[in-house]
Amino acid sequence: MFSFTLRRALSALLVLFAISIAVFLIFFATPGVDPAARIAGRSASPATLAHVRAAFGLNRPIFIRYLLMMDHLFIKRDLTSYVNVGLKVVPQVLKAAPITLALVSGAAVIWLTVGIFGGIVAAANRGKFIDPLVMFIGIAAVSVPAYWLGEVVNLITQSRLHSSVFSWVPSGGYVSLTQNPFEWALHLLFPWLTLAALYAGIYARVLRAELVNAMNEDYVRTARAKGLSERRILIRHALRCSLISIVSLFGLDFGALIGGAALLTEVVFGLPGVGMLTYTALQNLDLPVIMACVLYGSFFVVLANAVVDVLYAFLDPRVRVA
Amino acid sequence: MGALLVLIFVALICLCAPLYASDWAHVNAFSSNINGRFFIDGHWRSLLQANTQGLGLGVSPVGPTWHLNNYFLGADSQGRDVFARLLYGGRDSLLIGTASALICVLLATISGLAAGYFGGVIDWIVSRLLDITWAFPVYLLAISLSVILVTSGFSVGPVHIQAGSLLLPIIIIALIYVPYVARPLRGIVMTLKEREFIQAAIGSGASDWRILRKEILPNVAPSIIVFFPLMVAFNMLTESALSFLGVGVQPPNASWGTIINDGLNLLYSRPWVAMAPGLMIVITAGALNLLGDGFRDAFDPKAKLRGSI
Amino acid sequence: MPESPILKVSDLKVTFATRQGPLRAVDGLSFEVAPKEVVGIVGESGSGKSVSMYSMLGLVRDANVSITGSVKFNGREILGLTDREMQPIRGGEIGMIFQDPMTALTPVYTVGWQIIEQLRAHTTMTKVQARERAIELLAEVGIPDPRTRVDNYPHEFSGGMRQRVVIAMALSCNPKLLIADEPTTALDVTTQAQILDLMSKLQETYNSSIVIITHDMGVIAEMAHRVVVMYAGRPAEIGNEIDVVRHPRHPYTWGLLGAVPRVESRNDRLATIPGNAVSPLDIPEGCAFADRCAYRMDICTKRPQLQGDHGHLDACWLTDEQRVSIRSKATP
Repeated sequence: MFSFTLRRALSALLVLFAISIAVFLIFFATPGVDPAARIAGRSASPATLAHVRAAFGLNRPIFIRYLLMMDHLFIKRDLTSYVNVGLKVVPQVLKAAPITLALVSGAAVIWLTVGIFGGIVAAANRGKFIDPLVMFIGIAAVSVPAYWLGEVVNLITQSRLHSSVFSWVPSGGYVSLTQNPFEWALHLLFPWLTLAALYAGIYARVLRAELVNAMNEDYVRTARAKGLSERRILIRHALRCSLISIVSLFGLDFGALIGGAALLTEVVFGLPGVGMLTYTALQNLDLPVIMACVLYGSFFVVLANAVVDVLYAFLDPRVRVA
Repeated sequence: MGALLVLIFVALICLCAPLYASDWAHVNAFSSNINGRFFIDGHWRSLLQANTQGLGLGVSPVGPTWHLNNYFLGADSQGRDVFARLLYGGRDSLLIGTASALICVLLATISGLAAGYFGGVIDWIVSRLLDITWAFPVYLLAISLSVILVTSGFSVGPVHIQAGSLLLPIIIIALIYVPYVARPLRGIVMTLKEREFIQAAIGSGASDWRILRKEILPNVAPSIIVFFPLMVAFNMLTESALSFLGVGVQPPNASWGTIINDGLNLLYSRPWVAMAPGLMIVITAGALNLLGDGFRDAFDPKAKLRGSI
Repeated sequence: MPESPILKVSDLKVTFATRQGPLRAVDGLSFEVAPKEVVGIVGESGSGKSVSMYSMLGLVRDANVSITGSVKFNGREILGLTDREMQPIRGGEIGMIFQDPMTALTPVYTVGWQIIEQLRAHTTMTKVQARERAIELLAEVGIPDPRTRVDNYPHEFSGGMRQRVVIAMALSCNPKLLIADEPTTALDVTTQAQILDLMSKLQETYNSSIVIITHDMGVIAEMAHRVVVMYAGRPAEIGNEIDVVRHPRHPYTWGLLGAVPRVESRNDRLATIPGNAVSPLDIPEGCAFADRCAYRMDICTKRPQLQGDHGHLDACWLTDEQRVSIRSKATP
């Protein structure tokens, strides 16, 4: 297990390195974009521009530029925002991260519970009414644009039914957990539900398909011949083997979401997480912030991929020898 | 199947967009029409009317009239006919979705086949490229590329693409999803390569090109056919997200994503401007997903036994 | 006065409703298994031998199946029992061994866990007691170093070892009847012999009866006391192993025995039964074997019933005199 983990960690580092190069190339080496102005800040004086050019080696070969950029970003950590001149980038990202974490974790709990439960129910009642119903909901969930669903939710809770059913729903924004736990949960409730809705459908479908497959396997037949109850067979044998793919799927999704893929939900509900930060930065072409956000996001995706691989080996003993 | 019919219907009406706009509703879906008027109930009224609700400030566009030839879904904040824009937008969304899916599947097939069949160095290079592309959080990559390219266009050597061209979202979205299709295809080709009939063909001296064309491609074709509608759905959703964020389709072109964006300000007063395109996306993407599922069940003999939808 | 049979199958019929019409997988199977007896069911693939046993235990989960007839285990009718009623019998009184040891065990649990699971489902053992028993069982089936290997996963065993584990598991609750579905088909020849030896030995120790399903007459000759020859879901011949092997009556049995390679045989080629096995969708009204039979007569358009004496039955229209003349013509 240990050597496997080590190898996996190394390849993750390699990929991160490659991504940082890619990000650098996209933002700072695309023809037609003047990086100096973008790094120095809006309405920077010529002196500042010159200073920036020197500090970032913009007149020097491209790989020196890359090294200097990485230096400013990670070691000196003094890369500042283009828009909010003087505001350091890395702390901004770090401040926004817990909010995204809260959003994604809460939603994950909901979608895992609903999705797994739905998948089990659909598989156990295969062919009866509830099975196609769950599948239909699953397909609908995949076809809905995330931000649109959020807007619809907002429409209903803020406007149409605001005075009657949903008067207690706050109008967006975030309250920190330490400040007021109840308000924190309240503000996050609908974002959680919206984000979870999209994924619960997928997970129910995937689990159902895996479970149905597993129930046709030989080892389930053996378990039945052993005289075990159907329920035990479904949960202890079939589910245990199907969960493996759900876990991998979850790892990848969770990593991507923490990394900022929830940006649409954050924007729609006004939550100042990393996604929102990326979005605002994009609108303003605030390159330093964008770069920091993208690198942060990639880091989590790569980390999640590696963790999933290791977890997979833990759950499926057959993989360990590979 | 029902899904196919829904799709054909949606595609047809969107293609008829120009026809509808010019002949039926007599509107121009693109130019700003703030001072325009329309004819209803025997009167000419302004499209942007003074607010009577709330604080009574400002103007709001008129809401749905539910008359098919007369501002069916009302007007947006520029006085444009929402329904006509919806149809035009559908044209662009479908175009981008389908075109990028085509390019994506084509590139994925080539790279997947090459990597799976030839193995060795080619496999290593292709796989690493796929890994890096995929490791980049998908949306972030799309957004990054779009931000840079869409506002300033792309000109490298002989290739010039204008800033607002639809080609940019098409290519970007196609590229970022290539790994999603290429990896499974590569896996299938690798398994196929070990099967006896391929070994036999190699042993009998058939050229690589011949084997690829006659033996491998037909066996990979079902998977490709299953992937295609799913990719169209994915790409449409991605395009709408990018347009929503302002980095996809650029004005004056419209797509369902841009219309939703337009409709945000009007969300509470004239919800249909934002709701309608969203619904269209849900219906179209849902039909595409069902189609993909249907293809998969048709090709997989064991699926019937499991009684999936 | 013979003891009452452990298993009594009467006119078992298993039919699947398919789009191409009814598929008669088992069409009127009747036989008995006495205590401590080994009965071999032999036939080609598709003869319905496995399906008959699975449907008996309720392991056929297809919604389109209809099972009629009677199966009495220890005098009790088990056909038609609900899952819940069957559960104590499955694994507790009737143990089952399946053909492919590579896929028979759940890959994510250790073999010890799986044996303990069965023990605790049918007995009141504690976890500690069950673990000890599992180690004992592994030792009995010949797994070396059982105390360590009880915590190994299935993929850490070779095919032959895995089959031993499966046998250990099936015998764990001292079942009165063990059903073995082609237990050696997926194994190499040397391992086959070892497994068969093991099963014989265990049968002595546990006093259980065995029903062994196979397509290999060699296995029958080695293990079985009595034989049921099946063709196209119907019994072709039933009798003591000695009678059936020395004095086979049904032409199909002749074919099966002719196909067994014998060391002292003078023939260079193995005799094969001409033609292909009949499809279960197309079983003719008369004798199912007629199309492939070299001795077909006009009367074979009518389905022959099992008849015979001294426990040796066959479903064939040939009379004893006809058989004798065929035999004398065949012997060089």
